Amino acid sequence: MSRNGTPLLDIRDLEVHYGGIAAVKGISFTVEAGETVALIGANGAGKTTTLKALARLLPAKGTLRYDGTDLTTLPPHALVQRGFSLVPEGRGVFARMSVTENLQMGAYGRKSERKDAIEQDIERMFELLPRLKEREHQLAGTLSGGEQQMLAIARALMGRPRLLLLDEPSMGLAPLMVQKIFEVIRDVAAQGVAVLLVEQNASLALATASRAYVMESGRITLADTSANLLADPRVQSAYLGEVG
Amino acid sequence: METFIQQLINGLTLGSIYALVALGYTMVYGILGLINFAHGEVVMIGALVALAVYKALAATLLPPPLILLIGFAVAALVCTALGWTIERIAYRPLRNAPRLAPLITAIGVSIVLQQLAMLFWGRSYHSVPALLPAESHDILGARISDVQIIIMLAAALSMTGLIVLVQRSKLGRAMRATAEKPEVAALMGVDANKIIALTFIIGSALAALAGVLVSANYGIAHYQMGFLLGLKAFTAAVLGGIGNIGGAVLGGILLGIIEAMGAGYIGDLTGGVLGSHYQDIFCFMVLIAVLVFRPSGLMGEKVSERA
Repeated sequence: MSRNGTPLLDIRDLEVHYGGIAAVKGISFTVEAGETVALIGANGAGKTTTLKALARLLPAKGTLRYDGTDLTTLPPHALVQRGFSLVPEGRGVFARMSVTENLQMGAYGRKSERKDAIEQDIERMFELLPRLKEREHQLAGTLSGGEQQMLAIARALMGRPRLLLLDEPSMGLAPLMVQKIFEVIRDVAAQGVAVLLVEQNASLALATASRAYVMESGRITLADTSANLLADPRVQSAYLGEVG
Repeated sequence: METFIQQLINGLTLGSIYALVALGYTMVYGILGLINFAHGEVVMIGALVALAVYKALAATLLPPPLILLIGFAVAALVCTALGWTIERIAYRPLRNAPRLAPLITAIGVSIVLQQLAMLFWGRSYHSVPALLPAESHDILGARISDVQIIIMLAAALSMTGLIVLVQRSKLGRAMRATAEKPEVAALMGVDANKIIALTFIIGSALAALAGVLVSANYGIAHYQMGFLLGLKAFTAAVLGGIGNIGGAVLGGILLGIIEAMGAGYIGDLTGGVLGSHYQDIFCFMVLIAVLVFRPSGLMGEKVSERA
C-alpha cells in the first residue's frame, strides 16, 4: 500500500492499559498520506482508547510513528502543529465559547501566521458549513448535536491537518444529519487529507473509507479493503445486520 | 442619608480591593478546580514588599506617588515570581491527585508564607506612609478621599484590562478553553502548564496591586493581614459564582458594600449593643447564606450542554 516508502501513520504493537486491564492488546495498522481508513467494531472494542492513545491523552506502549516522528516523545499539545488533529468522541466543543471562538481555538497552534489568514479560513469554514455561519455568535453549547459535530470537524480543519482522526462522528445524530456530516468528511478526504475514521456504523464507514480494520475486544481481527469487507460474511453478520 | 452615601463610598473602596483578590481565587478555581488558600498571603507579601521599598526610598527626594509606583512594581515582580513558584512546587506535582490533597497543600503554603513573613518582618503592625494625596472632597454631605478615588480607579482599570484579556485575546480564549475542557484544549495545541502558570502570574500581579491598595487605605501592614482579606475575597468569589470572572468583580463590590452598610447601621439596628467592630460577621453571614441558598453564586449558572 505504501506510496513513498513509509506510511503517514504507522502503528505497531500498540498496547493500552487502564490500571491492570488491557483495553488494546497489541494492534498494528497504517494510514497512508491522503488515504481514508476506517476502524470499525462494537462498543467497547477499544477504538476510542486507540485514538486517545494516538493523541497522547493516554499512556501507550508500542511503536507509534507519525510522519517519521515518534509520537510517544510528544506531548498532546504538540500534535496539531504537525498536522495531526483528533475530533474527540462526543464532539468536545467549548460550550461556553461562541462558534467563531471555537474555530479560532482550532487555529491556536498556527502561531507564525497572520491574523487575516485565520479569518479567511474561518470564512471558508462558513462557506463549507453555512449553518455555522448563521450561528457564528451563538454559544456552542446551544447548538444541536449535529451542528456541534460540524463545528468540531470545522474546528479541527482550522488546524490545517494532514491527518484527521474522527471518533464516532455519527453518534447520536439523526440519519439526515449523519448524511451531511459524512458528505463533509468525504469533501475533506477529497482535498487530500488523510482520515482515520472510527465508527460503530460499519456500513457507513465502509462506504466512506477505502480500507478498514475490524476491532474486537482490543485486537484487530480483520484488515482488508472496504469492498472485500462488505462482501465478507463475517462482517455482514456481525456488523452490517445482514444474515450471512 | 449621609451615613448611607458615606458607607457606599467606603463599601465601593473596600469592594474594589476584594474584587481584585477574588479574581485571583476565581481564575485559579476556574482552571484547576482548586481553592488557592495561599492567595491571601500573596496579597500580604505584596503589601510588605511595597512597604520595604517605601522605606528604602524614603530618604530620596522622589515624589511620593512615584515611590508608591516603584513599590507596586517591585511588589508585582516578587508576587508574580512567588505565585509562579507556588504553582510549580506545591500544586503541579498534585495535578492528578485527589482534590483534598492540593486543598490541604494550599492551607500549608498559606501557613508557610505567613510564618516566613513573620520571621522576616516581625509580629508588629507596620504603619504605611501616606504616599498619595490625602485631600478629601464633599459628595452629597459625605467625604471621599483621593486615596479612595485612586483605589477605585486602579481596581476598575486593572479589572477592565483583565476582562478584555480573557474575553478578547488569544491567551484569554486558551484560558477559557483549558478551564472548560483541558483535554480538548490540549488537542487544539494549548499547553496547559503554560496557561496555568500564566493564570497564577496574572492573579498574583492583581494580588500585589490589592496589597498596595489595601495598605494605602488603612495605613497599616502586618504579617497576618492576608488571612482575613483572603477569606473575604474567597467569600466574594463564591458570592459571584466561583470560576466566573464577572462574578468575582460583582461579588467583591457587593460584599464591600454589604460590609460597609452593616458596619454603618449595626449600631442603630441593635440599639447600640453591637458596634461597627462587628463588621466582619457580615461577610461570613453572606458566605453561609450563599452556600445554603445559592451554592453556584449569583453568576455561576453554566450553559447547558447538549450531547
